Amino acid sequence: MIAPQSKLEGSSMYRGASIFLAGIVVFAILSPLVTSALPAYYSAIVAYAGINVTLAVSLNLVLGITGQFSMGHAGFMAVGAYVSSYLSLTVFNHIQIVGLPLEVSQNLFFAVSLYIGGLASAGLGYVVGLPTLRLRGDYLAIVTLGFGEIIRVVLLNIDVVGAARGLPGIPRWTSFGWIYAIAFVSVLTVRRLMNSAHGRAFLAVREDEIAAEAMGVNATRVKVTAFVISSFFAGVAGGLFAHYLTYLNPAIFDFNRSFEIIIMVVLGGMGSTSGALVAALFLTGLREFLRPLQEITKLDFRMVIYSILLIVLMLTRPNGFFGTREISDFNLFRRFKRNALKVNNPGENHV
Amino acid sequence: MVEFLQHVINGLGLGSIYALIALGYTMVFGILQLINFAHSDVYMIGAFAGYYASRYFGLADSPGLLSLLIALGCAMGACGALGFTIERFAYRPLRKAPRINVLITAIGVSLLLEFGGQIVFGADPKFFPTLYSAGNTLVFGGVQIEPIQLLVFVVSVLLMVALRFIIFKTKAGRAMRAVSFSHTNAALMGIPVDRTISFTFILGSALAGAAGILVGLTYPKIDPLMGVMFGLKAFVAAVVGGIGNVTGAVLGALLMGVAETMVIAYWAPTYRDALAFSLLILILLFKPSGLLGSHRMEKV
Repeated sequence: MIAPQSKLEGSSMYRGASIFLAGIVVFAILSPLVTSALPAYYSAIVAYAGINVTLAVSLNLVLGITGQFSMGHAGFMAVGAYVSSYLSLTVFNHIQIVGLPLEVSQNLFFAVSLYIGGLASAGLGYVVGLPTLRLRGDYLAIVTLGFGEIIRVVLLNIDVVGAARGLPGIPRWTSFGWIYAIAFVSVLTVRRLMNSAHGRAFLAVREDEIAAEAMGVNATRVKVTAFVISSFFAGVAGGLFAHYLTYLNPAIFDFNRSFEIIIMVVLGGMGSTSGALVAALFLTGLREFLRPLQEITKLDFRMVIYSILLIVLMLTRPNGFFGTREISDFNLFRRFKRNALKVNNPGENHV
Repeated sequence: MVEFLQHVINGLGLGSIYALIALGYTMVFGILQLINFAHSDVYMIGAFAGYYASRYFGLADSPGLLSLLIALGCAMGACGALGFTIERFAYRPLRKAPRINVLITAIGVSLLLEFGGQIVFGADPKFFPTLYSAGNTLVFGGVQIEPIQLLVFVVSVLLMVALRFIIFKTKAGRAMRAVSFSHTNAALMGIPVDRTISFTFILGSALAGAAGILVGLTYPKIDPLMGVMFGLKAFVAAVVGGIGNVTGAVLGALLMGVAETMVIAYWAPTYRDALAFSLLILILLFKPSGLLGSHRMEKV
């Protein structure tokens, strides 16, 4: 999925768009194949892995690349999930575009509903981020954690979306095509962003906020931008999740969910998009791998293992799997990369 | 009016427990600039230490001041040791690491205690034994004060006075204050920095242990996740009072307790958890240094 990245650097917008479209088409074709080939249990794992990739990659933008410790990612996911599900349930489930087959019309509406869910989440990210991102690391962690909890508490009290009973009967519109296309788009967005002036500003803020401000980077603005983009993708991932599970409950989006996403980013290496991606796949697999153990002992070892993993990781290898590098930075790919760059992009150091 | 006073009294009782936990947060933050996320779970361990101690010594059979003191001693000892261990093995190796790494480790330790606790103690709530036989309810002009509330308040105040004495009147306390100003300069003056930090952790954790017992006495249902919300609120209290400031932590905690009781009494109980964070966000927006905190300039 990220193989084309090395060639993407410095490519024209036209090339980017064509790769993007090609990717979407590939996923659309692959989707029914994967669905029919896998038993239900495994297909669920593959689906959650894809959703987790989007979540981890989007959190990495804030936590790894911009260096801001956000602990409320599940809250933004919840907003996207609830908004898009509510739309689908009340509006889009009952209408159809005249002259289009039901499936096409459904998928178009799904796209709109996901998009609106993402926008709602991004809007909330803006409202939350603008005041709080002026704060320093530790406070930000607590405030975002608090916001995640507030969102959950508020959802528990809104009766239209089922309050504590949950929201059942959401149409199952999420397919593998959708999940992996969105994951692909999120990876691509972050990749493209990192090669732009905006992305450099994100990195500058992470490395040294004061120095970045001295260089004319508006640190608060940069942090809010990262936060809003990240919230958007969290919201979209939430929408995907809701339309896959077909049932929502505020308890799904508790602090543990945020923590799971954080550990994906940390394990992969804060600041590495490929790291976030690999860790999301790895941890989703590990969780299912541990399930038999849990069933035998009747104890939940998963969080214990996660937390030990986290402590050991921080003590011995704080860089995670990849550090801040990407897969394309490793020797295996470097030769190809160099060749590709020679052909496509003579001026490599564009900042 | 009587009703209002009653809520104030209840709030102060709750706030005095918050204060004991908030003190640990504020001391560790003052000395290391670290939010010790694991602190809330140390308090949970304190409650369980009290629970197992009272079962082991059969304290519930003879409730009284002696039983209470034994339970308090056990909990404070266990938590002090736990605090020391956490600092020694999880935080000290990271003294020179970036802040975000230490923060992540702290969260890791916190989750390890919570979910490890679920495995060791079991996830179901346990009933905390009655360690102190409650006398008659005291009534002052219509305002009722439960003896257990009074006891909790008195024990908290005594512990806070003791802490104040340690910090401001003893050599170890002076070392703590020096280290919180500057590690390097304190080391140059011959202060053993690492040992002072350990001492701070032991002190804070012991207070959290005591808080665990007091909470067990007031709300006799304890479970491994009881620390999460309670600890977060205590932390918010410390920030509201001005983190790093010992008096501020107590003030913030009492405010927090009263505010929370008011929300439950006059608004909706379901919003009690949201209140803490709203309060935190407001205080951080308008007075980030807290009520009594001093503003520190950031140096390049």
